[in-house]
Amino acid sequence: MPEGGAMLDDFVLRAVLAGVGLSLATGPLGAFVVWRRMAYFGDAMAHAAILGVALALGFSISVLAGTLVVTLAAGLAVAGLASRGQAMDTALGVVAHSALAFGLVAVSLLRGVRVDLAAFLFGDILTVGLAELWLTWGGAGLIVVLIVWRWAALLTATVSEELAWSAGMNPSRDRLVLILTLALVVALALKVVGALLIAAMLIVPAAAARGFSRTPETMAALAAVFGAGASVAGVWASVIADTPAGPGIVVAATLIYLVSVLFSRFRAPV
Amino acid sequence: MNLIRARGLSLRYGGRLVLEDVDFSIDRGEIVTIVGPNGSGKSTLLRALLGALPPSRGVVERRKGLRIGYVPQKLAIDATLPMTVARFLSVPFRQPPQRRAVALARVGAAGLEGRQMRALSGGQFQRVLLARALLAGPDILILDEPTQGLDQPGAAEFYRLIEELRRETGCAVLLVSHDLHVVMSASDRVICLNGHICCEGSPQVVSAAPEYRALFGPGTGGALALYRHEHDHDHNGAGEHAGGGRDAG
Repeated sequence: MPEGGAMLDDFVLRAVLAGVGLSLATGPLGAFVVWRRMAYFGDAMAHAAILGVALALGFSISVLAGTLVVTLAAGLAVAGLASRGQAMDTALGVVAHSALAFGLVAVSLLRGVRVDLAAFLFGDILTVGLAELWLTWGGAGLIVVLIVWRWAALLTATVSEELAWSAGMNPSRDRLVLILTLALVVALALKVVGALLIAAMLIVPAAAARGFSRTPETMAALAAVFGAGASVAGVWASVIADTPAGPGIVVAATLIYLVSVLFSRFRAPV
Repeated sequence: MNLIRARGLSLRYGGRLVLEDVDFSIDRGEIVTIVGPNGSGKSTLLRALLGALPPSRGVVERRKGLRIGYVPQKLAIDATLPMTVARFLSVPFRQPPQRRAVALARVGAAGLEGRQMRALSGGQFQRVLLARALLAGPDILILDEPTQGLDQPGAAEFYRLIEELRRETGCAVLLVSHDLHVVMSASDRVICLNGHICCEGSPQVVSAAPEYRALFGPGTGGALALYRHEHDHDHNGAGEHAGGGRDAG
């Protein structure tokens, strides 16, 4: 066991650290989701995660691997449909809801496995184990490294794909980078906030950061800070008032968003 | 060698043949204007030349290491994306503050660094787009309807600026436009496009071509003649460019 292991025996501390670690990834990634209007896209991938859970349990592989594969497949399927000229919201709607429905049906068909579905739908951050904690931080770290490394290209493609092409970049590849990182974040966040609220964890802190930011970099960093703050608050409320932690995190993030809206209203627009 | 060359370029988009067998090339220092009615494939051709759209048939070659300064037709910066002018000038690559200031001053937009992109007027926005394109140190400036949303004097002034930049830096200019009577006199070559290349040549040759008149009507020819006449006698006057009214229709 690594150093500090004894301290990490505390389940509250583990929950807080899992939430903070995840927020480091959902902050900047959520900013891109907001800028590129991929909110519903993230939602579709998150819903598909339930199908991943069912398949993982059915084939006795790790839930993380199962959700990763299925959300990635869902993301690529939607991106493929969209590029073939299908109406984006229809394609997303079909993939999101059918994957969720297939997942729920598949889970019910699993024999000999008792599945606590609520844990996957709403998260179960207070039972995060040490291994899952390291995995969350490792995955989030990977995402942050990827985003920082590709930052210029991702931002340019977000401003305008033609502008990216003219600079010798390949925005199609950067779109794939975003889908891949989104799939990873969904797989990681399943335990923390659950499939139904992952999109909120991406969008709400980023939206809250918008009101305080003058540049994309500030917004991405602030989104991570707000997400981390909301995680601490959500877990804390859960300990004090026995509220569900995952939804509590989203409620806290939404309160920060409301403050941000008021803040923007009472000062000159930036 | 050509900066950009396309041979036998055909492009199918959404099941429709948008471009058919287009040959195109542009050399260092040239100003080439592409004109054509709406839906004639002008923007599609530009995007194919940038490499954003793969050709269905034919080839597009760009000189190795070609630096492109691109000014898009419209750039909708999402309301959720905070972006100061200074930050925008560093897209895609970071530029030192001094270079940013010089580029802004060159296009007549000095001191806008701290403003949000979304707070700019149409004219300021186009100038900032141009400043950003200049910061790439371009071999070629590619501009897609850069004066859309500008009034006639604004458009004329914008084109004069482009001409000056070409003189100063020696970069080529590739322009898509519908402001026919303003643009054409400055061009070395005009390409009239309607899915395929209808006619091509000096502004005078193209404006006299029957294919061109069939596309744009006889009124344009008159405006062009008037404009050329003014140009012969006045190389400095700003107001003259604004006189012709719109004929592109």
